[in-house]
Amino acid sequence: MTDTSTNIPRPVTRRSIVLDFLGSMNLAITVLVIIAIASVIGTVLQQNKPYTDYIIEFGPFWHEFFKALNLYDVYGAGWFVFLLLFLLTSTAVCIYRNTPVMLREMRNFRLNSKLKVIRAIDNAQAWDLTGDIDTLKNQIPRLFSANGFRSRTKQHNDRYVISAMRGQWNRLGYIFTHVGMIVVPLGFIMDGSFDIHLREWTGKSRLDTESVFVKDMPKESRLQPNDLWSFRGQISISEGQQANFALLNIRDGSMVQYLPFAIELKDFRVEHYDSGQPKSFESDLIIHDKDKDKVFETTIAVNHPLSYRGYTIYQASFSDGGSQLKLKVWPFNDYQMRSTEIEGVVRGEKVLTTRDGDLTLEFIDFKKYNVEPAPADDPLKRKFKNLGPSMIFKVRDGTGAAREYDNFMSPVEAGGRYMFISGMRTSPAEGYRYLHIPADDQVNITRFMKFHALLNDASRIQQLAVKTVEHVLKGAPDADKYKKDVIKTMGDLLDLFNYGGFTAIEQHVRAAKVSDEQKIKMGEAYLKVLDTIMKAAYGEILKEEGVDLSQGPTEKQQQFYADAVDALRQLHLYGTPFYLQLTDFTHVESSGLSVAKLPGKNVFYLGSIMVIIGVFLLFYMSHQRLWAVIYQDENGRNKLLFAGSGNRNPADFNIQFKQLSEKLQRLLEQNK
Amino acid sequence: MSVSNQAMQDDFQRPNFFKTLRISDWLFAALLLAGSAFAYHKYSYLMDSYEVVILFAVSIGLIAMGWWWKAARTLMAVVAVLSLLAIWLYEPAVEALVASGMNSRDAVAALANLDDKVNSQFLFKYFLSSTSAIMWMSALFIGATFVYFAHLFTRNVYAGKIATAMTWSATTMGLVGLMVRWRESYLISADIGHIPVSNLYEVFVLFAIITALIYLHYEARYKTKGMGGFVLLVISSAIGFLLWYHFDKNAHHIAPLVPALKSYWMKIHVPANFIGYGSFALAAMLGILYLIRNNVEQQGENAVKRSMPWMIVMHALPAGIIAYVLVYHFSISPLSMTKILIALISSTFLVLMYHLSVRRELVLSVFPKLDVIDDVMHKSIALGFGFFTIATVLGAAWAAEAWGGYWSWDPKETWALIVWLNYAAWLHMRLMKGWRGVPLAWWAVVGLLITTFAFLGVNMFLSGLHSYGEL
Repeated sequence: MTDTSTNIPRPVTRRSIVLDFLGSMNLAITVLVIIAIASVIGTVLQQNKPYTDYIIEFGPFWHEFFKALNLYDVYGAGWFVFLLLFLLTSTAVCIYRNTPVMLREMRNFRLNSKLKVIRAIDNAQAWDLTGDIDTLKNQIPRLFSANGFRSRTKQHNDRYVISAMRGQWNRLGYIFTHVGMIVVPLGFIMDGSFDIHLREWTGKSRLDTESVFVKDMPKESRLQPNDLWSFRGQISISEGQQANFALLNIRDGSMVQYLPFAIELKDFRVEHYDSGQPKSFESDLIIHDKDKDKVFETTIAVNHPLSYRGYTIYQASFSDGGSQLKLKVWPFNDYQMRSTEIEGVVRGEKVLTTRDGDLTLEFIDFKKYNVEPAPADDPLKRKFKNLGPSMIFKVRDGTGAAREYDNFMSPVEAGGRYMFISGMRTSPAEGYRYLHIPADDQVNITRFMKFHALLNDASRIQQLAVKTVEHVLKGAPDADKYKKDVIKTMGDLLDLFNYGGFTAIEQHVRAAKVSDEQKIKMGEAYLKVLDTIMKAAYGEILKEEGVDLSQGPTEKQQQFYADAVDALRQLHLYGTPFYLQLTDFTHVESSGLSVAKLPGKNVFYLGSIMVIIGVFLLFYMSHQRLWAVIYQDENGRNKLLFAGSGNRNPADFNIQFKQLSEKLQRLLEQNK
Repeated sequence: MSVSNQAMQDDFQRPNFFKTLRISDWLFAALLLAGSAFAYHKYSYLMDSYEVVILFAVSIGLIAMGWWWKAARTLMAVVAVLSLLAIWLYEPAVEALVASGMNSRDAVAALANLDDKVNSQFLFKYFLSSTSAIMWMSALFIGATFVYFAHLFTRNVYAGKIATAMTWSATTMGLVGLMVRWRESYLISADIGHIPVSNLYEVFVLFAIITALIYLHYEARYKTKGMGGFVLLVISSAIGFLLWYHFDKNAHHIAPLVPALKSYWMKIHVPANFIGYGSFALAAMLGILYLIRNNVEQQGENAVKRSMPWMIVMHALPAGIIAYVLVYHFSISPLSMTKILIALISSTFLVLMYHLSVRRELVLSVFPKLDVIDDVMHKSIALGFGFFTIATVLGAAWAAEAWGGYWSWDPKETWALIVWLNYAAWLHMRLMKGWRGVPLAWWAVVGLLITTFAFLGVNMFLSGLHSYGEL
């Protein structure tokens, strides 16, 4: 980057050719622009996803092409790093070449400038001198000084030169910005992954791609505290537990980085705003430092990390740390409704023996709060609703197939009705489909379960059907003739319904060998019959509860029936022979921490500050020079030549120069 | 010719800046410091030590700004008086609503958000609540743009003065809106309270204010109103977005901060960024001004004939915008008055811009000279570059504290780097290679596209850590 003020020809050597090439402004700007464009790729193409995702997105051909160009990790790609290094080299060459020039410019008053050169400056003015020259020689520097210029004088054979300048720090701006731009990436490089690559390359360390637990990792994948110059790792600690390492996730594997101290998680908290949105994530930590024989407590939060012994510990995420769950299993296939109580631990398993064989419960996660957006115009008013605790678990059968469930502990209110909600999906790619089970007057699931059990109890249904049919057909002609048929149909229809909901009944009707018209009639009749027996069963349940039905069911009881039938008709899709009710829990949380050692941070900041100071020196300071030359022209008359230049904002300098020359003019008038 | 001795003596005096200050300057400084001390006394329990430093550093910065640019003193005084008045009026207004059975936080929200169902004092509802003040700002900015254009077309000096006054008023109302909003957030609840630079709605207001202030400074400094119409166009575009965001998306509600944003860094990182964005936007509009004037100067009398593509673009674009909005809204979703209004106004501006650009005598007489435009463009980019550098470094420092690494090639970070590299290249070309004029003007215009993508596009199209300002 050549400054226009230096046009001293240099001898052409091989070295200077290389330097000229590297230090060329055009090249530097070209590289600058290429880096900018290349950076775009990394923001448009999502980086570091699994390869399979890319294959699906782009197809195998383009995937291979992009992979070859390293576009999935642009910023780590060899060619990108090369470009960055090239820009650094180019900048360094510029600094090497221009710093001496800049420093010389700062100090050099240019007392030896030729008259011809000074006269050629844009801002130049000449006067005839009539007054006392010696006074003038004394006064001009004072005038310059009053305007912030430092001056030097020199008596040449033919002329007396007063040369002044100010704002020479502008030149430092050049040095500061450019040195800063080298120091900043240096900080990056110091904190980059170079030393780990070096250790891999020299075989000192090896990436572990297999082990599930830290204890299984090979020795070469374990790094001691001083092995790495810098790193960024993650560690998840459950409440009451401690760890003295962090995991480094690199490409498709990981390594363990040991710390010179242990971190214990005492408590993790999520605080919420009144609206239910999270307000803060905080971890109470206890640091056990054996080396320093020190134990201390501290709290970290998002935006408030802990710095200790060159390590920084950040609040990064959180998850369940093994909450203990108390559960009630309500079997769907046992008409005696023998519910059992079991216990589970999040991230643990439990084998459940059922009539359908052994099923494995895998407890995936527990959420204490489920804050869901609720429809409302104003975000401050009820935009979020807390649905309370829920647990996510999988039920795996003997064949290995699994379904995932999300069961909410408390019934959720919607339109004045309370429902137990359970989400189910057969693969993680799907969304949950929800089963809504109505809660009874005690906000419990019992009534529904009893109702369900009764509907599945063939002998009681038989008795109930007889009773109902007797009641309904009382006094009807020929009642005895088809009473038996109706009772049988009731049982059969209920079996069908229990087996496959309304769909099963519909299929049954469709399969009948009658005309379409008759099918419709048949369907309507079936539904009526089914409804009769189910309502009768529901009435039985209410009676068992001691409800007085002499006035007929209340609106709320009717609503319960409708909701219960709605749940029952979908039950065959639910996929487990039981409903798992969460009755109690002990919440254990786990805090996700980032642990980093970034010794290059201060280097980065130093460079940044240099760049900032440099930029302001460069743009807000102008290196200005003035010359006042007293000489005799060819006719022997005394002359004063005044000229000036500034290397920034010429328009502003023109105005300043004009003011200065007016002051000079006044001085000359005074001396006449 | 005699020169007064006094003038002579003055020429030899090294000017002492502090001696040039008047009593009003000292009074201004004293009031500002007193205000800061009061804020510290009353609210220091809500601040951490960094925020105390920021409070006093900003006070000193504002004093320096007021001393250096006298008009800013008046602005600060008026904003302070109006904001205090609004805050003072809030209490009885909230109390009245609470008395009528509302809880206090809903009351504040209703007042702040211009809830129609709530009746409150006229002055308050239609002038000083934050949403009202910002609406006034919007109306005044759009009005000012029209008046600036009127001034350009008619060369009427009076119109120019009105336009400037409107721009100052708009800036005042915008700042009042932000100040009151700041207070409102704390009135809703102490834990929700935060400086209003946390979402797209708020930063668009900030953008309009900062761009206008930088422009007003250059307008006064260069004593020309010829740049006003064009610079106000970019502000009006921001206002258009703001109105759409407000009326169609209901985004003007004060929302609590996500934990990642709860930091003193936000107070410095965001404003520094917007000084950058504002300057770059200003430079781009000057770039267009430059290109138009240059075109007229280069092509002489035939300027009108030769600008066929320009004419087509400047008429097809507005027609397209209106057609799109009408077709879209009559066929797909219900009519949105906001969108139609925005479409009409922006189309009018584009057509006005065209008709101005082909009036040779107007362009030559009202637009500033090419070297002035070039100079202001350069200064604006230099200013923006300085503050953008600061903002990026502050962002890196914040990232280090919140995410555990100062640079993670997050899309927002990367785009900030791209913007930075772009203007670094621009400045190198100008300062080192001596480029001037047309190529740099084009580059400044393209620069705004890049800046806009970094500012808005990243939030709209790319995912990443910086997902606060989603659309």
